[in-house]
Amino acid sequence: MNSALFINITRFIALLLLQVLVCNQLNFLGSLNPYVYVLFVLLYPIGDNRMGFIFLAFILGFILDLFLDSGGAHATAAVSMAYIRPAFLKFSFGAVYEYQAIKLNAAEALPRLTYFTLLILIHHFILFTLIYFDSSKFKIIIYNTLINGGFTLLFVWLLNALFSSQKS
Amino acid sequence: MQRIIYFLIRNKNFILFLTLLSISISLNFSYNEYNKSKFINSSNFIFSSLYDTKFTVSKYLNLELQNQLLLEENKNLKKILFNSETPTKSFDSINSIGFEVMTASVIKNSYSKTNNFITINKGSKHGIGIDNGVISSNGVVGIIDKTSSKYARVISILNIKSKINAKLKKSNHFGTLEWNGKNHRLVQLHDIQDLVKLVKGDTVVTSGFSSVFPENIPIGRIESFQLNDTKDLYIINVVLFNDMTNLRHVHIIENLDLEQLKILKRKNE
Repeated sequence: MNSALFINITRFIALLLLQVLVCNQLNFLGSLNPYVYVLFVLLYPIGDNRMGFIFLAFILGFILDLFLDSGGAHATAAVSMAYIRPAFLKFSFGAVYEYQAIKLNAAEALPRLTYFTLLILIHHFILFTLIYFDSSKFKIIIYNTLINGGFTLLFVWLLNALFSSQKS
Repeated sequence: MQRIIYFLIRNKNFILFLTLLSISISLNFSYNEYNKSKFINSSNFIFSSLYDTKFTVSKYLNLELQNQLLLEENKNLKKILFNSETPTKSFDSINSIGFEVMTASVIKNSYSKTNNFITINKGSKHGIGIDNGVISSNGVVGIIDKTSSKYARVISILNIKSKINAKLKKSNHFGTLEWNGKNHRLVQLHDIQDLVKLVKGDTVVTSGFSSVFPENIPIGRIESFQLNDTKDLYIINVVLFNDMTNLRHVHIIENLDLEQLKILKRKNE
């Protein structure tokens, strides 16, 4: 339990710093930035205290808002993502996840990819809707969601592969 | 009563979610109203000091380029100085209107969003106030919007809420400079009459009407123009002289007569 707590605290701080100091300075091809902090929400232990989880997601988004001058967009997107996560776990991995029989990193690649992709797209859609905050810019919101979402997915996938242990 | 409590306990996750969601959405709403983002901003001490630390490390990486820019600017200033018998117009106007100039370094910059802000490492302690203008050696950068004691936040010219008064250098026709959020090299000059003869490549400078910037600070040059929907005003695309993606050293301009101008304006109304 203690080591899980330690891992989560480290992940929280590391992803926060990585996001602010590296990923938001990338501006690949002009404006592409991966939002790697979603990895914290994606990988948070299943079946752990859910209230605490939602609250942590909010805090993470809120701190990012302070750093990136984005109002409440990141906080809204992160907290929504944390709340709807169980539905997507069920959709991607089947009902087994409720018995905590799966570990995210030990799961097969295809359901994991579905789970990552769907949650990242939803997160980005909420994020860009709030950043642009203008219904006449719907096209640009969708465009940004898809392009940035793909970029984020790539980064998240690589980071996850890099840091996950291959024991199981 | 017991049922209500039971209901609350059963739905505690949903209630927490709704509370946090409404908090964050209300932050977002108040943020989208101009100038109301009270405490969500990066001129905060803790957040700025992290950017400051990063800046002290990363500033060595492009010292050469920055030196080049400063040399270039010095060269231009010297050229003006040596070629003029009498003090040049632009400097004289700065002195006579009473503008104080300060320097600062950019510690955080963004240009890829629609609401871009810049954080600089000088604040109210160094005499920087809200509504001071910010320029770089090439032209206008933005306007100060929040200050803390050691840091300040600038609304970049690349912010869809930014509005700067500008004019055509050749003919003195003035309009409002805004940004449509699309390309970080192009800003749009609105409200110029269709009677005005425009030429590609003409220079756009500040008009000096807004009392934020002195007159004749360069902004950019005309790239293309078209009439608006009602066919009476131009929308002009202006290419910025500044490379907004690579800002390090900026100058802050404080209008010393701002108070008097404000009093005068109030009397007029």
